[in-house]
Amino acid sequence: MADEDRIMLEIAGLKKKFGEDVILDGVDLTINKGEVVVMLGSSGCGKSTLLRCINGLESFDEGSIRIDGEEIVSGSKAMTHLSQKIGMVFQSYDLFPHRNILDNITLAPVKVQRRAKEDARAQAEQLLRRVGLWEKRKAYPRELSGGQKQRVAIVRALCMNPEIMLFDEVTAALDPEMVREVLDVMLELAQGGMTMLIVTHEMGFARAVADRIVFLDEGKILENLPAETFFNNPSTQRAKDFLQTFEFKKH
Amino acid sequence: MNLDWNFIIKYAPLYVEAAKLTVFIAFWGILLAFAVGVLCSAALYYKVPVLRRIIQAYVELSRNTPLLVQLFFLYFGLPNIGIVLSGEACAMIGIAFLGGSYMTETLRSGLESIDKIQEESAASLGFNKWLTMKEIIFPQAMAVSVPGICANVIFLIKETSVVSGIALADLMYVAKDLIGLYYKTDEALTMLVISYLMILLPVSAAATILERRLRHAGFGN
Amino acid sequence: MRASGIEVLFLGSNFARLVEGLWVTVRISLLAVLLSLLLGILFGLFMTLQNPIARAVSRVYLEFIRIMPQLVLLFIAYFGVTRAFGWNWDAEFSAVLVFTLWGTAEMGDLVRGALKSIPQHQYDSAYALGMNRRQTFLYIIIPQTLRRLLPPTINLTTRMIKTTSLVVLIGITEVLKVGKQIIDVNRFQYPTASLWVYGAVFVLYFLACWPISLLAKYLEKRWR
Repeated sequence: MADEDRIMLEIAGLKKKFGEDVILDGVDLTINKGEVVVMLGSSGCGKSTLLRCINGLESFDEGSIRIDGEEIVSGSKAMTHLSQKIGMVFQSYDLFPHRNILDNITLAPVKVQRRAKEDARAQAEQLLRRVGLWEKRKAYPRELSGGQKQRVAIVRALCMNPEIMLFDEVTAALDPEMVREVLDVMLELAQGGMTMLIVTHEMGFARAVADRIVFLDEGKILENLPAETFFNNPSTQRAKDFLQTFEFKKH
Repeated sequence: MNLDWNFIIKYAPLYVEAAKLTVFIAFWGILLAFAVGVLCSAALYYKVPVLRRIIQAYVELSRNTPLLVQLFFLYFGLPNIGIVLSGEACAMIGIAFLGGSYMTETLRSGLESIDKIQEESAASLGFNKWLTMKEIIFPQAMAVSVPGICANVIFLIKETSVVSGIALADLMYVAKDLIGLYYKTDEALTMLVISYLMILLPVSAAATILERRLRHAGFGN
Repeated sequence: MRASGIEVLFLGSNFARLVEGLWVTVRISLLAVLLSLLLGILFGLFMTLQNPIARAVSRVYLEFIRIMPQLVLLFIAYFGVTRAFGWNWDAEFSAVLVFTLWGTAEMGDLVRGALKSIPQHQYDSAYALGMNRRQTFLYIIIPQTLRRLLPPTINLTTRMIKTTSLVVLIGITEVLKVGKQIIDVNRFQYPTASLWVYGAVFVLYFLACWPISLLAKYLEKRWR
């Protein structure tokens, strides 16, 4: 069916507990191909855990997650194959410190996807040029600024040709002047038609990039609206309160 | 100190032979010890049930007993239950048994020092467990462990000096022999010290250079 | 039925003799540890001096002691010095001397390392609070140094106990030697005695060192 072909990610009734704490309490979420969804919510609401579940880094207790029709089961053999379809960028710089930038990017395409070295290099070059870091290809991660590292991390994930990209507060650990360069890369990516699920606290960016906003609170999705509607006219009080915390008024 | 140079020239070849034995035992013993360390630290890192407990017990046993006693047990004790090993084999096994636990501890703390996020980002790029260990975790852990490994190597070379206790004709044995036979104590001891310096100084210098290069060219955080 | 070898351990006073033999090595190492503690603290302070001669001297001493196998040092003290100076040291005195020289070097380096590991801002903030030099050391620096120092010092103790096993090679009658005597005496009655006796020596050493290692590990964890 045409409708099912359009679905990239489908989460149904997802529940996750850490001991007694309920982190995710029945999450349903569907993302279509090419759609950009931004997930908002105060810290501790379960956003990061949800991303980690999608990527198979975290197991869950109930419900199901499907990527392009294939079911995610954490720790399963199929997961190494599935996680190639999912690109993820973390909050902390997770580059491999013992490899230079180019190796960081080509390692997985060559070793995991068994692509030819030249092929991986060519794609890495094209991507690095796009984010303006080609001249840094021989540098080691520690020689790069935080913003540069995050751009490389994005390129590294892209070089696997993923079908969906997950971003977990990728600018939260950055100095303010470096946030922009990373967000610009993401914005360009979104305009290029990539399916994206983004967790961020940058409201201006969320408004600019998102097709849809998902508002998560205490492990539940409270709002799932087009971006403009959410920002102008959120339907729940929790979301209104949340948005209020980003506004400053002089009393 | 008036040294009898004729005596030194006459008996220097004995020291060369003995030094060869010392180096031979140290080389193979340390290589084995390193292999033991890699396997055991990996098992500890992955928290393999049961095996992990056995390795922990081995590490405690090995680190809390002297090599000389370990060698006596191997060389004089084991033949009673039908395990007869040559002196050289005992020495190498002894060094591997002792050094294995030191290498295990060094490598384990190296492995544990690598941030969890490294494993996760590898997983998110589709690396399986083996590839993650081989390409991401192990190389980083090795780099962190280099100073510890170097210290272990020097420690183990020094420890080989006790193999004379099980009648192997190493440097100590030759020196003691010459003292006992000819009373040329000064000459015998001088040659002994020089022999060990000639073995250990290059190793120690190489270790220093290696550590320095790793620190400068390295990727550390 | 042939006698099983393990009985040899409990024949007559054999076991007591083994423990006494172990005590010989433990006694030597404890004496050396005690002396090394005192001298090592002084040596550690000496190493922090800015004087270039003091630095060079302590450096050469530390490096030489460290790079030589302890057995070589023991031979030098026992065979070499006796002849060169005509002093007739007994083996036990030589052993205590060598292990003290070695322990002082190791302990000194630990002290130096611990002192150096206290960051400058600890001094700065103590001075900023109006403490004088004496108060700063007494209340701020020394307590922190001690915490860092104690676990490795305890580890040094087990290393010394283990290394003292070498004294059998300069003719001291300690646990291995006693074991050999027991084996020789019972050679015909208990042909498998060596397995059990050397096994027992192994266990005895383990029992002497393990609790000390556990203590060091515990303190390390608690004070991290």
